[in-house]
Amino acid sequence: MGKSFNDGFIGKISVYLLLIIIGFVYLFPLLKMFAYSIKDLEDLVNPTVQWIPTKFYLENYKVSFLVLNYGVTLVFSLLVTLVPALLQTITTSLMGYALAKFKVRGKVILFAIIFLTYLLPVQVYMIPRYVLFDQFGILETAWAIILPASFGQGLSSPIFILIFYQFFRMQPIALDESAKIDGANAYQTFMKIGVPLAGPAYLTAFLFSFVWYWNETYISSLFIGSELYTLQLKLFNFTSQFNVTQGLSEQALNEAIRYSATILIILPVLLVYVIMQKWFVEGIDRTGITGE
Amino acid sequence: MRKSPLKQKTRETLVAWSFMSIWAIGFLAFTMIPIFTSLYYSLSDVVLSGEGIKVILTGFDNYAQVFSSAEGFNFLRSVSDFAIEILFKVPIITVFAIIIAILLNQKIKARGFFRAIYFLPVIIASGPVINQLINQGAATIPLVEELGFINLINQTFSEGLARPIANIFSELIVILWFSGVQILLFIAALQKIDKATYEAAMIDGAGVWESFWKITIPALSNMVLVSIVFTIINLATFSENEVIQHIKTNMFALETGFGFSSAIAWLYFLVLVVILAVFFLIFKAFSKERGRR
Repeated sequence: MGKSFNDGFIGKISVYLLLIIIGFVYLFPLLKMFAYSIKDLEDLVNPTVQWIPTKFYLENYKVSFLVLNYGVTLVFSLLVTLVPALLQTITTSLMGYALAKFKVRGKVILFAIIFLTYLLPVQVYMIPRYVLFDQFGILETAWAIILPASFGQGLSSPIFILIFYQFFRMQPIALDESAKIDGANAYQTFMKIGVPLAGPAYLTAFLFSFVWYWNETYISSLFIGSELYTLQLKLFNFTSQFNVTQGLSEQALNEAIRYSATILIILPVLLVYVIMQKWFVEGIDRTGITGE
Repeated sequence: MRKSPLKQKTRETLVAWSFMSIWAIGFLAFTMIPIFTSLYYSLSDVVLSGEGIKVILTGFDNYAQVFSSAEGFNFLRSVSDFAIEILFKVPIITVFAIIIAILLNQKIKARGFFRAIYFLPVIIASGPVINQLINQGAATIPLVEELGFINLINQTFSEGLARPIANIFSELIVILWFSGVQILLFIAALQKIDKATYEAAMIDGAGVWESFWKITIPALSNMVLVSIVFTIINLATFSENEVIQHIKTNMFALETGFGFSSAIAWLYFLVLVVILAVFFLIFKAFSKERGRR
């Protein structure tokens, strides 16, 4: 929408009001969690202390750091999150591009396969896949997560193919044709015209993929969970992890510690988003200049 | 450089498949085999033991068992509840996400800050935190129940409809939480619209309302389809979903086991295919209608 939509004082006020009210719904639980996470025991049991703790107590975070084994676990989590997200984005974009730009016989069948695999609950093929990966000997290694993703069979891969398909389909054919006339082959056209113009699609797909892999616990607990831990898996088993952590024996697990751990786990994703968000904005400007 | 048309065609097919080959290999290796295996499992009695998997073919026994609802799980009821819920939630989420995406795409102050907040549901709704929120009741509006709203719904609608509708109202906040991905999808699509189109329309005398319907909505329509598909699947495979819960609990249960849960999953899959087909037809009908105007 151009500028006209929020012209006028009342229009502007209502836009901000709506965004703030709904934004507050999203922010509320996080604020609550944060307020809790910096409470010490006294504040926790004190009913008069609700939102603002009497002091800024960071001990909970220290405990969570220890229980989660934050440094090591973070590195491993990033390995099984960033790598599959990146590879999945690339593979699904190739697939989406091919479906959008080329005449292929049996395209309907390919689409049917993509839709149907998306509709199938993951639980259906997880055990057979487990058996398969057992034969490959890649269980309990990062490969069990990375390999399917890099071949476009990862978490929600079909939706990424669909997103890329829709984006590439929206690109004007005239640009491709002019590239062809200039002597570019299909791969050059893809690299020089397809990819740069689909910037927002790549960012969106990568972000979703990243977040979903980050949050995923079902597959990772099955494939790598008995020996390796991601941050989410540690959070999932926080109580038992807490009990086996050395040097905490005199302390009892409470809500404040749990919340601080949750915040520590949300933080890296938020950071990635804030960094990528900058490119998001730049992405618009660039496509604006090409005037498509 | 001129080639015969046939050769050109084969060439294009080859190029296309070179783009698709990675996906195709992955599909054959990692997805197709497991899918057929699970289909076979659903027709068998599967016993997981220390020595491995024992599979005894039993025909459609598992499927029959799903409908007999022996253990207090009524497949048909859960599924029809879910279908009605989807019917209401999908349009609500789609419209809401479009509105928010348009607002976030305006030239507003602190746009980065707002966009960061509106990214929160993407992080939270797919993680374990959302279950915590729902369990703590942070996701419902207490007012809805206190004001006797639920009673009103129960009185006005037939029993079959009242339950899902009441659910929707008590879950309005949850609906907001499940719109995060869709909002981002629409923002990405909005960014593809050339600003010059709006300017040209304005010069031709089109108002805000007109350019919204004639430019914005058509440009978003492809993404609406993607968003609908995503919303349905996201809600259908949400870990708190009744059917999914049942699939999970039966997977390693002694008396039912993996064969039975595969059977539920395949039946559920068929239901989802039907639901998606219905939405697809509705979408097609709408776009045709709009095209005529």
